[in-house]
Amino acid sequence: MNFDDTPQEAAFRTEAKAWISANAPKQYEEELRKSSLGRTVLKGANILEVAKAWQKKKADAGWACLHWPKEYGGRGSSPIERVIWQQEEGPFGKLSGMFIIGHGMCGPTMMAFAGEEQKRKYLPPLASGEKVWCQLFSEPAGGSDVAGLRTRAEKKGDDWIINGQKIWTSGAHYSDYGILLTRTDPNVAKHKGLTMFFLDMKSPGVEVRPIKQASGQSDFNEVYFTDVVIPDSQRLGAVNDGWNVSLTTLMNERMSIGAGVSTGFPELFDFCNSLMLEEGPAIEDRSVRSKLANYAVKASGLRYTSMRAISALSKGERPGPENSIGKLVAGSMVQEVAMYALDLQGAAGVLSGPEDAEVAGKFQAMLLRAPGTRVEGGTDEIMRNIIAERVLGLPGDIRVDKDVPFNKIPTKGRA
Amino acid sequence: MNFDFSDEQKQMRDEARKFLAEKCPPKAVREVLDGKAPYDKALWQGLAEMGFLGVAIPEAFGGAGAGHLELCVIAEEMGRANAPVPFSSTVYLAAEALLLAGTDAQKQKWLPKIASGEAIGTLALFEGKGNPSPKAIKLQASGGTLTGVKKPVPDGAIADFAVVAARTGSTGRDADISLFLVDLKAGGVEAKSLTNVDPTRGQAELTFKNAKAEPLGAAGDGWSILTQVLDRAAVLLAFEQVGGSDRALEMGRDYALDRIAFGRPIGSFQAVKHILADMYVSATLARSNCYYGAWALSTNASELPEAAAAARISATQAFQHCSKNNIQVHGGMGFTWEFDCHMYYRRANTTALTLGSLSYWEDQLIDRMRKKNAA
Repeated sequence: MNFDDTPQEAAFRTEAKAWISANAPKQYEEELRKSSLGRTVLKGANILEVAKAWQKKKADAGWACLHWPKEYGGRGSSPIERVIWQQEEGPFGKLSGMFIIGHGMCGPTMMAFAGEEQKRKYLPPLASGEKVWCQLFSEPAGGSDVAGLRTRAEKKGDDWIINGQKIWTSGAHYSDYGILLTRTDPNVAKHKGLTMFFLDMKSPGVEVRPIKQASGQSDFNEVYFTDVVIPDSQRLGAVNDGWNVSLTTLMNERMSIGAGVSTGFPELFDFCNSLMLEEGPAIEDRSVRSKLANYAVKASGLRYTSMRAISALSKGERPGPENSIGKLVAGSMVQEVAMYALDLQGAAGVLSGPEDAEVAGKFQAMLLRAPGTRVEGGTDEIMRNIIAERVLGLPGDIRVDKDVPFNKIPTKGRA
Repeated sequence: MNFDFSDEQKQMRDEARKFLAEKCPPKAVREVLDGKAPYDKALWQGLAEMGFLGVAIPEAFGGAGAGHLELCVIAEEMGRANAPVPFSSTVYLAAEALLLAGTDAQKQKWLPKIASGEAIGTLALFEGKGNPSPKAIKLQASGGTLTGVKKPVPDGAIADFAVVAARTGSTGRDADISLFLVDLKAGGVEAKSLTNVDPTRGQAELTFKNAKAEPLGAAGDGWSILTQVLDRAAVLLAFEQVGGSDRALEMGRDYALDRIAFGRPIGSFQAVKHILADMYVSATLARSNCYYGAWALSTNASELPEAAAAARISATQAFQHCSKNNIQVHGGMGFTWEFDCHMYYRRANTTALTLGSLSYWEDQLIDRMRKKNAA
């Protein structure tokens, strides 16, 4: 048991560190370091432009999508090298947020199902951030139950005609391409009538409308499709085999381990370390210490769980469903942490303006963004189901719609 | 980086698991639970023969000279099996104190006997309620003898010797405390067994009346040695707690798969699945914190105090959480004497206290994190 790099890893780390030090946008380092959930903004700069410029620079020097093959814009690195890169990239890694879906899910799906010519055409600009991709799965009628989606794709000659609506599409408003899961046969059971495509988000008939979130920000969108034409050559996988294709996409989501999920703990510890209460420093208060200790061991537990997963990865093991715990634990913890930080501020905790609020309203922003973290990318309940069924081997839910043709499944609850 | 146990260490864990499954089934634990014996003597001898008692004791002192990572994997199995033997008091407390502070002669006298199963040792620290604190130590040392009362002392009624924390000064500082070694069979010490929540690991009151004692470590170093002993024991006991957590989770999972209600296995109900998923989460977080503790313990890293406190808190929480919800998943049957669930519930709630309670370790963790932060 050790935390030491092998000689090759150490050499890779030295090279990565030197390149980052010479090329990273240092003027934003402090702001990025301080940014937290619900508040990743750069003063006087458009974060999307800064992010794209950094990604392009990395790609030009061969540091983008490290684990992808070189011919598709990557570096052909080992999983452990990718982790080392993330460690060294530090706060600049926060600039990768807008590329996570494209690099983590769309890219691997294209790699597995697109034709060779398409891969060489679409993957390198995806890796370099010149083209941004989104994932069009969730719908108003199918969130956790994604196979319940209703967006139709109908064959017309060599094309498919798409009609329907997607929702919760991260970054659709700045995306160039998307992967799209559609229903191609409503007469069979719901998982059996789906087909996957990729499309140009500038296609006629695609309309993107931002969703104003409960937090007031807009990270997600609704996307409407009206007679959108997709050539059959942009189909991924066989007709009606879209469910299996989507499993590849979702499995790759789990490969993105080590990226680190935000728990809010470092922010809370710093805050308590400097906060003065009536009776003295907050960190000397017994109840504060007890709360902090409980959060501390969750945060360290997640950190070392991730290190164990990285060790397994470096031995060639595939990350499994057990990695669902990171999101499950961090998602609700960041919400509790935000509430506790406000509690410590007393009545003044209600203030959220950067000029009046403690630490410029960091925890108020965290509080308002936090409910989303427990829902996006799989709700807490879905995560617990995954752990219960795929790690512990408990029976799956009884699925009353499993063998029912999709168009016979009830669509209304109380009449 | 390889943040995992080696194949050899995992093999040792498998060996220990196999050995304990055979020699320490729940039936054997119940012999002690029911008061038929103070501990499982045959198992204790078996553990000695397997080399498990002396796994971290150097070969020069009769041990296997393997190391603390090896001891961690064995500790995990002791917890999984709920072994009714004085392993934690003898191996994590007494042997660790000797290794840290003993002279060659002291080590030579006791360590080979620990490894061979001939001697049971313990640490006599507490004097009534409260957490570890130099102020709470009243037992007096004078002229090479000790006088005072210690309780609760883990496995005190069956121990052959004890490391005893005694007062040697009255300045109000940590340096008032010194450690002593006392041969409990040499007279001057009266042991009384005390009824406790987990009868499978005894607790006792030891009354010292001018009992002959020899210093362990330098005079006035007692508190600093104790702090280190408690940190080392915290990591090792945390592995027991993780082993117990995993076993309680497995018991709950197995029952949920077998038990039918409302025409289906209860493990198919989300309410039950989610209880078990949450047990898995806490056991996993604890295991990961423990691995870090194991690394710090085995390398004597400067991170040990923080790592030990985190492992201790996380594993205590996990074992309490898993053992209580294992009963919940079992329903009424889980609350019977006949089912084994309560044995883990008892062990979880006593191991939560024996080295100082959660609130003590929470305090320690934040102190240590602050120190690191300030440095």
